[in-house]
Amino acid sequence: MKARQLWSFFGGLTLPDGKNQSTQVPITQADLPEYLIFPLQQPTGNLLIPVVKIGDIVLKGEVVAKAQDNLSVPVHASSSGKVIGIENLPILHPSGLQAPCIIIETDGKETWIDRYPFKDYQQLDPSYLRNLIREMGIIGLGGAGFPTFIKLNSGAKAQVQTLIINGAESEPYISCDDLLMRERAHEIIQGIAILRHALQACHCLMGIEDNKPEAYAALTAAVTTGIEIIKIPTRYPAGGEKQLIKTLTGKEVTSRGLPIDIGVVCHNVGTAAAVYRAIHLGQPLTSRIITVTGSAIDRPKNLEVLLGTPIYHLLNQCRVDQRRINHLIIGGPMMGFTLNDINLPVVKTTNCLLVGIPEPNKSTPVMPCIRCGACAEVCPAHLLPQQLYWYTKAKELDKAQDYHLFDCIECGCCAYVCPSHIPLVHYYRYAKSEIQAQKQEQEQAHRARQRYEFRHRRLEQEQQEQAARQQMQKASLSPSASEDKKRALIQAAVERARSKRIAQKEKLN
Amino acid sequence: MPFPFFSAPHIHQGTNVSQLMLQVIYALIPALLAYIWYFGYGILINITLTVITAVITEALMLAARGQPLNIFLADGSAVVTGTLLAFCLPALTPWWIPVIGTAFAMIFAKHLYGGLGYNPFNPAMVGYVLLLISFPKEMTTWLPVKDLMINPPLDLKESLKLVFTHIAPEVDSFSGATPLDYTKTQLRLGRAIDEIRSHPLFGGLGGKGWAWINGWFFLGGMWLLYKRVISWHIPSAVLGILLAMSTMFHFLVPNYYPSALFHLTSGGTMLGAFFIATDPVTAAASPRGRLFYGAGIGGLTYIIRTWGGYPDGIAFSVLLMNMAVPVIDYYTQPPVFGHKKDS
Repeated sequence: MKARQLWSFFGGLTLPDGKNQSTQVPITQADLPEYLIFPLQQPTGNLLIPVVKIGDIVLKGEVVAKAQDNLSVPVHASSSGKVIGIENLPILHPSGLQAPCIIIETDGKETWIDRYPFKDYQQLDPSYLRNLIREMGIIGLGGAGFPTFIKLNSGAKAQVQTLIINGAESEPYISCDDLLMRERAHEIIQGIAILRHALQACHCLMGIEDNKPEAYAALTAAVTTGIEIIKIPTRYPAGGEKQLIKTLTGKEVTSRGLPIDIGVVCHNVGTAAAVYRAIHLGQPLTSRIITVTGSAIDRPKNLEVLLGTPIYHLLNQCRVDQRRINHLIIGGPMMGFTLNDINLPVVKTTNCLLVGIPEPNKSTPVMPCIRCGACAEVCPAHLLPQQLYWYTKAKELDKAQDYHLFDCIECGCCAYVCPSHIPLVHYYRYAKSEIQAQKQEQEQAHRARQRYEFRHRRLEQEQQEQAARQQMQKASLSPSASEDKKRALIQAAVERARSKRIAQKEKLN
Repeated sequence: MPFPFFSAPHIHQGTNVSQLMLQVIYALIPALLAYIWYFGYGILINITLTVITAVITEALMLAARGQPLNIFLADGSAVVTGTLLAFCLPALTPWWIPVIGTAFAMIFAKHLYGGLGYNPFNPAMVGYVLLLISFPKEMTTWLPVKDLMINPPLDLKESLKLVFTHIAPEVDSFSGATPLDYTKTQLRLGRAIDEIRSHPLFGGLGGKGWAWINGWFFLGGMWLLYKRVISWHIPSAVLGILLAMSTMFHFLVPNYYPSALFHLTSGGTMLGAFFIATDPVTAAASPRGRLFYGAGIGGLTYIIRTWGGYPDGIAFSVLLMNMAVPVIDYYTQPPVFGHKKDS
């Protein structure tokens, strides 16, 4: 077969991948924790509304909180047990943000609710299927956690030509997708078929980085028909959605646009497997695979973890060397965030716990930018990171936007190569949030001004109306008119008196 | 368990500014050795003077500006500035020449603009130009290459004595002009290139010794390219334009315009192309911008050498193009992902 043409995206890096540490053992089932915690704040959308109360007994797979908007999906209990609390707790967020959480004490029985598998999903209407996927609580398991049903709803505006399945796990150290592909290729392939049916997509491509030969072999062996599995070069961030689409199709997703605008929809392999379980087995999303690795971990591995499991529980299971923990990172070393609380629960988007990395190299002092341009050579968005840094530092946020700040995907390539060790991504995040805050402020000010102007106009109008009313009243009782009336009355009376007098005179005469 | 907060990414490829500067120094070593071979110990004295002055001035200025001394002295940028300036100075020039040039470069061209990373002009070239226009006699009195010296090259002791006291009986016997300078004055006198090149100053390619030193600068530059300390854009553009212009004029009037080989192997060509124009702080930032920036330096160098008032044009070209950097940077922004005009 002729090799498919691939395109390359600008920039990117070859990183030491560190994945081997966690790929030595098969996926292991994590132990059942004593408590499960379910934050009501999900990656997208508003807070979920709890549908259980303290003291309720819940079964595995039961909905514990439902969505109240179109950007979120319900959360299901990941094991059976008793609701023992609904309270504010810190959640998995870089800022240490708190949110209401449902706490469930597990009973160790793992009793499932009744499940209703749909083996013949092809009979289902795509819209019904989408809704089912939503009710099963499935969101993108690649990282951003965007609800899957939304991405399956292409709507009337665009025809989905290509479904792209993302098997390019390009962050170093993370291997959960790799192991999933190696061990559960069958589930992924079935899941893809369901996604395809829901999208009615013509083509289906799957990109796997060439540093995962076992995964590639497993999927090629499992593939049935209509799915093209393509090896792509290992180059971070090949797994970025826009980069993967470019690599496989040569098309660039426009700056403010979505993949659907160019007829493409992209889903992660983990999402495909979750969709398979949801439809074929009737299981809502209650667990995911998480890589637990890093230099402080004695036995790095991939664990199938119940959602809501506290992090310390996983660390205990993988034997942490307390002395070697210098970092606890959620996600990969390039884009993950540090955390200082191991009581936090894992959520649907948690793909990796990185506990200690070889050289945290943060002792090097930050030097001024020497404009060496190394950042611009590796930026996959083809930006000029040093200019963005310059303008951000000078608080010239308009200029930073002129240099396309919002096209930055925060992949971290620039900071990785910066010889001055400037935390560039940190600056861009700051600039972005600052601009958003300013926009919000401006909007608020605009609304306040509108309200003020409206009130001012209303008052003015009322005043005018009142004046007009008074005018009318005055007009109706105006002195001239009444005088005329009086004069007329007097005249009439005078006339009457005169005629009377004349009449009397005539009588006398 | 308190873990520190760090922002992503959490790994780094491990380079730092001091390493980059150190690699630049390493790349200069072959040319330095060649320099000593052809022109004696004078260059070593120059380097010692400039580096010591640069480091002392840097420390004083950092202290005055309230900046951390250890971090910025360790970055190596002062040493690089000093070394580069030393290569531009005539050997055995009086001691105050390197000292004044370096101090001016560090104080006025670097620290008054905000120190490392903030200077718009190449400090070494600012220092050089100050000396060139203030002390033209000292700055244009070069040693002839070893073979042409009437006496054998001075030993270190005599060189030091000469530099610090400027007392040497036979001083005039070994002062002279560089091949570029000689060519220029002889052309003014109406002599043809062929005649000029028959002077013993010249070897097969360019000036005797000069061609070799340029060759070693070239090799050092290639090593910097290999190490990815510099990118290919600026040196290629500088040399490409210089090659193109000199070839064209030499082809038109061979006896008035020297050949490309002469231009590429004379004066500061290779030092300028690989070590001075590539100073990242003062150069254009984007790859495309660097091509324009380099082309500007190459073109101006040829113009100044051929029709200008000075024998070599590298320093002026670099400074002139430094001025153009903001404009170049503005107009050469790369096409951002997802911003294609046709879509």
